[in-house]
Amino acid sequence: MALLEVKGVCKTFGKLVALDAVNLTVENQQFHGLIGPNGSGKSTLLKSIAGAERPEEGTLSFLGEDISTTPPAIRARRGMSLKFQITSVFNLLSVYDNILLSLQAAHSLLSLAGSRSRQKLHTQVLDTLSEFGIEARADDLAGNLSHGEQQWLEIAMALAPGPRLLLLDEPTAGMSPEERRVTGELLRPIKERCSMLIVEHDLDFIKDLSDVITVFDQGQVLDNGTPEQIENSERVKEVYLTRV
Amino acid sequence: MTILNRIAGARPGTNGRISRLLTIELVVFVLFALMPLLSGLVWSEDDSFFWIVFTTKVLILSLFGLSFDLAWGYAGLMSFGQALFFGGAGYVVAVMSRDLGISSIFIVLPVAVAVGLVLAMLLAAFLLSGSRTPSIIFIAFGTLTGSYAGERLARAWYYLGGQNGVSITKALTIGDMPLYEGVGFYYLALGFLVAAYVGCRILVRSQFGLVLAGIRDREERITFLGYKVQLTRAIVFTLSGAIAGLGGGLYAFHEGFVWPALMGPIYSTQAMLYVILGGVSTLIGAVIGVAAIEFATIILIDYLRDFWVIILGFLLLLVIMFRPMGLLGMLVSNRERIGSFRWRGANSKSDTRGD
Repeated sequence: MALLEVKGVCKTFGKLVALDAVNLTVENQQFHGLIGPNGSGKSTLLKSIAGAERPEEGTLSFLGEDISTTPPAIRARRGMSLKFQITSVFNLLSVYDNILLSLQAAHSLLSLAGSRSRQKLHTQVLDTLSEFGIEARADDLAGNLSHGEQQWLEIAMALAPGPRLLLLDEPTAGMSPEERRVTGELLRPIKERCSMLIVEHDLDFIKDLSDVITVFDQGQVLDNGTPEQIENSERVKEVYLTRV
Repeated sequence: MTILNRIAGARPGTNGRISRLLTIELVVFVLFALMPLLSGLVWSEDDSFFWIVFTTKVLILSLFGLSFDLAWGYAGLMSFGQALFFGGAGYVVAVMSRDLGISSIFIVLPVAVAVGLVLAMLLAAFLLSGSRTPSIIFIAFGTLTGSYAGERLARAWYYLGGQNGVSITKALTIGDMPLYEGVGFYYLALGFLVAAYVGCRILVRSQFGLVLAGIRDREERITFLGYKVQLTRAIVFTLSGAIAGLGGGLYAFHEGFVWPALMGPIYSTQAMLYVILGGVSTLIGAVIGVAAIEFATIILIDYLRDFWVIILGFLLLLVIMFRPMGLLGMLVSNRERIGSFRWRGANSKSDTRGD
């Protein structure tokens, strides 16, 4: 059974067709890259999977269950974690509290009111910060981090609760080449823990990470295959590689 | 220090440092605790009694202000309906006293709390159960309508005394002991205010409080972490209704009657003004706002008469324009106001910046 199955998903914004009968499958412990020109529908697909957008047609199945109409919070509780394209960390909270907020999301509100897991989650928060190299900034406000650090914090937040599927929307956007390299190194070991669907512009970055790459153009799937197959695909070369 | 730290949200390992916010809180409540003792030294017996009774009203209204801060400052719900819970509870206990002769504190106050809680829960269910995130305007109009409807109902319904409201001829009783205006009622009100305050303070600095801080910071993001935003808000709103109800029950017995405006938009707006002046999202700002407005009004109205209301309005406008975080905003940083939710156990790194 595939972890995620997208079947015939359509989404329009007025007259613009953002997704046109898109099919896509993510297997367990698979890194799946999504590439395509600006406006090709990659981010819309990611948002539709996470529940931020509601497709007009098609079905989304996660862990064998139809989640097409499931609210985003429930999708997150079932093991889906999203990192937005635009960094959206909690600026007024400390870096530590951002991670804690992510880790405690599965706990009941009653137990949170009693702060029952604060001590228990402390080590997990520090471990997560350490894994992403931002432990020294634990008590700083998230809003005071550099852009690259905010991106890492957000990836750390998405990963901290132990999701089955990590949805990353352009995790290296706005990063320096060195920050991109570090991000790649941070993401590589994650494969042991979960599957990942990652939207990126940078083909070099994504081909090193991904098992499968799906190429989008004008809301449709242009091609699908291993990084080598995609690099050698005539259709992709024609439509995508020559444009970007 | 352990209890104080728990109230403040600080954890052990902070070297016993007390934050500025906690200092302000302690000063305010110590002053309230000493007020009846000090008033006897400053004023004549009659004047002292007057000020004790007046300050009792300030303490009760502080519960009302606290309830609004919880709704707006922490749950982000611009409630124009707090008076519905405050006045609604007041009306119910007044009618119970009039028709059933019930004045026992052990029945009156739980009923008042329950009325505020149920009314707030119903309003929250109506306003927050939609599939879309409700806008501030929707919440404001929805709660305003509830408050307005409550006042119109009380004004028009003969059973509720119409324009005249309902008088309470019996004193609140603890066992066989009647509790009249004065020192006894003062410390009762202070006790309930402190209990409600400490409860709210612990809640907003708990892990649940972290969720509320996250909702205030980025409501659109926190859903994707798995939080049920509207349910969380509904819980806080319901709690705020319960606290307003407690205040309403005490207020009805302290003043000796209830009247329609107690449920209406004017009183709802008053709760808002207390908090805006004192400082939103601070809890203590609500108490300071009530004290500032009520004491300034009672002292200055003799000298300025009709002009006082205009001056008060102007002062509030200045605060909104230049100090949107209220009086507390001048003394307490944003960082301290929000707090730190980090566990500070014996083995954790010591850091007090957030507390």
